[in-house]
Amino acid sequence: MIATFSINGRTRDVDVQPNQTLLDVLRDTLGIFDLKEGCSEGVCGACTVLLDGRPVSSCLILGLSARRRRIMTVRGLAGDGELHPLQQAFLRHGAVQCGFCTPGMLLTGLAFLERHPNADRAAIREALAGNLCRCTGYAKILDALEAYARELNGRG
Amino acid sequence: MRSKPTRASSTDVADAVGLERDLRLVGQRVIRHDARDKVTAATAFAADWAMPGMLHGVVLRSLYPSARIKNIDATRAASMPGVAAIMTAKDVPRNTLWTDVPGQTTAVGSLRAKLHVLAEDRVRHQGEPVALVAAETEEQAREAAEAIAVEYELLPGVFDPAQALEPGAPRVHEEGNLLAHWRVCHGDVAAAFARAAVVIEGDYRTQFVDAAYLEPESGVAWIDSDGVITIRVSTQVIEHFRDVAEVLNVPQNRVRIIGTYLGGGFGGKEDVTVEVYLGLLAWKTGRPVKMVWSRQESLLARAKRHPFRLRYRTGALRTGQIVAQEIELLADAGGYAYLSALVLLYATVTAAGPYRVPAVSVDARVAYTNNVPTSAMRGFGAMQVVFGYESQMERVARALGLSPVEMRKINALSRGDTLPVGQVVDTHVALPELAERAWAALGELTPPRAPHVKIGRGLACNFQPYGRIVWLHDWSSAWVGFEMDGSLVVRSGVPDVGGGQASSLCQIAAEVLGVPLEQVSVYIADSALTPLAGTTTASRQLYMSGNAVLKASRELCEQLLKAAAAVLGVDRDAVGLADSAVRTADGRSLPLPELLHACSRMGVPRSHLGVYHAPAGEPVDLEKGAGKVFPDYTYGAHAAEVEVDTETGVVKVLKLVAVHDVGRAINPLSVEGQIQGGAVQGLGYALMEDVVVEKGINMTTSFASYLIPSAVDVPDVRAIVVESGEGLGPFGARGIGEPPIGPPAAAVANAIEDATGARLSVLPLTSERLARALGLM
Repeated sequence: MIATFSINGRTRDVDVQPNQTLLDVLRDTLGIFDLKEGCSEGVCGACTVLLDGRPVSSCLILGLSARRRRIMTVRGLAGDGELHPLQQAFLRHGAVQCGFCTPGMLLTGLAFLERHPNADRAAIREALAGNLCRCTGYAKILDALEAYARELNGRG
Repeated sequence: MRSKPTRASSTDVADAVGLERDLRLVGQRVIRHDARDKVTAATAFAADWAMPGMLHGVVLRSLYPSARIKNIDATRAASMPGVAAIMTAKDVPRNTLWTDVPGQTTAVGSLRAKLHVLAEDRVRHQGEPVALVAAETEEQAREAAEAIAVEYELLPGVFDPAQALEPGAPRVHEEGNLLAHWRVCHGDVAAAFARAAVVIEGDYRTQFVDAAYLEPESGVAWIDSDGVITIRVSTQVIEHFRDVAEVLNVPQNRVRIIGTYLGGGFGGKEDVTVEVYLGLLAWKTGRPVKMVWSRQESLLARAKRHPFRLRYRTGALRTGQIVAQEIELLADAGGYAYLSALVLLYATVTAAGPYRVPAVSVDARVAYTNNVPTSAMRGFGAMQVVFGYESQMERVARALGLSPVEMRKINALSRGDTLPVGQVVDTHVALPELAERAWAALGELTPPRAPHVKIGRGLACNFQPYGRIVWLHDWSSAWVGFEMDGSLVVRSGVPDVGGGQASSLCQIAAEVLGVPLEQVSVYIADSALTPLAGTTTASRQLYMSGNAVLKASRELCEQLLKAAAAVLGVDRDAVGLADSAVRTADGRSLPLPELLHACSRMGVPRSHLGVYHAPAGEPVDLEKGAGKVFPDYTYGAHAAEVEVDTETGVVKVLKLVAVHDVGRAINPLSVEGQIQGGAVQGLGYALMEDVVVEKGINMTTSFASYLIPSAVDVPDVRAIVVESGEGLGPFGARGIGEPPIGPPAAAVANAIEDATGARLSVLPLTSERLARALGLM
């Protein structure tokens, strides 16, 4: 059936099968590869997108349930050629290795810090518990998120 | 705790060659070009690729660990909607993949390890590939695969390597279950034990673990317009184009592998994964085919790290000096050989640790079973033995009342010492300094937060070879050239697994040729278009391809400066390249584009192909101890502080300091990332990771049951980078990809003993095992 999606501020009408996950709709039907498929069971967080500003594992929800809700992927972060300050923090702090977890880390971290701008490192760590990374050992990802939080608070 | 990466030159390396100073880019914390692409999700991973008219391929896998295939009936499946091809062993032109393993002992004979592409008359492990299906959609392909009727006759299996070596055990392969056997015999072990004041015996066991890269095995294959079978795939080894050609029975120059930036490899993408299956299906159907293995499939069937049983008997004098090590290793190869014989060789060579031990015997065997196969994973056999030798070091130190640091200082290798296999250590060993710094960096002891909580500390050191075995005559090549506008191009067949392999090459070329990093473009990992650079394995890529780029860049610099000197009418020694221009000693400058145009007129090439050959040697008889096995080693020391809840056995790692002498950090951000990430994988190995295989059946085939560390499971690892300048890589670098995964398990086990007095000798160090050891259950 044809359903209307709002993806990174753009409206798209998509032919969606009722059994398709949001991940399948975005990756297979629309060719939006910003989100990655790491486990297909909601554990690794690589397929994270923001749904109305909240991080969700897109492999766990049906595509149709995201109709007319605001979907944001990593492409929605950067402005015209300008990286988002959180993306810049990831670069400066060496938070990226293979990059497969990076989209999910960015979106989960951003959503959390927008709600909790005064969060300390321990709280950010808890917020990342659903996003696995096999390369970095997390320290540099936390460095980047903490630096971005300081920036948000004008302490950067 | 904030992670505070520390970088300091080695202070206690008087006999080191010294670091080259005045470098502009090498040694800087530069932002990698690939990281920019990855934060915007511009990087197209192997599964982020599609072709018009593309089919989807799936693998049908064996349900049973040991069975005879009596019949395969695919008639119903072949008639199902959307099915384009079904292939079984009989449809594969050459159904065997070969791995040459050099230098086996007479006990086993020479070995060409073999693996069937698709199972023929029997299966030897659960998850073994039996058939392939290609269909219009992945769903159709899966449905058709399920409809293939495979008639199995179950056979007895063997699931323990010790039982596999007993007489009368079911034979996994016709030639018997002993896959490889290595021995080392160095000095008079019996006489040495007679001199020892203390003898400690230990029996340790390590588990199966999975590489668990976040990107599952994936790729797309198509027949290109020139008829070449082209496979875009996530692999650590683009040279597998030869294996695909072999299987398809086509010339090697008719298969091309385009390696993608990998979503992690850790050794698990060293053997072939999807590329042979993709090649077969594209060849059979003439259409593009995509294959992505699910996480469950990857956990079920991909090769794991070898479980080892390690028996140690260690003798020491009252002074703490180790005089004898008697070591027996037994590893589980699972159903097929893969790289098991080589993994065991690494374990054999490093089994006594980075210590001067006058008498050592090692008897190491690896046996076939009907378990999931085992092969390469970060650390490659030199990892499992760290748990053995560092547990022993701790126990000897405790028996003699020595501190962990003193114990390492007394026994550490130094330049000029000979390893048990007869290799003379010819570079600096900073081990005493590394151990001291790791221990000191733990800082103040954390006070226990409750009376039933105990705090303890442990130390563990390791050494890990980097670069391939010298008798494999390893080499790498790279092409470096200028475009007419002064922008620079680097081409090298290097797969980038996420460690910054490609970026480091750019840094080296830009450093030598005096251009900003932003002016370098790098093309990697294309078996048809980039000069071959060998595998991204064995912590070798910076060492080997870094040297190839360095050589190409220096030669190119030299040919350009000779031309510049002629143009400017000065001596060669009076010109240099800096800031994209030729600079003369008397203050004149010539912009690079002008020089490059002059070179064109004069017929001076603007590029150079550099080939680096590693120091090579002939195979040595390990048992007789005849000489060099590896080019060099990277040394490290980790110190851990743990808290143990003595009412539940729950262990929490509070601090982990990881110190490695990396020779030279080309990009300290990347080096720290390798150390922190490797150490956390090592903590996963220590505390939680465990592929549970019961009678050949894998019980942990999802990320919900196979647990890897999340952010809340581990502390921030403090990485301390020591630079002795003693490595064989560019600017004195050593390999750092694998080494940091080695020490954490032993450091944590030693810390647990420090906290509680309980010695755990089976990995992972779970709360259940500790609770038992503490008498709680």
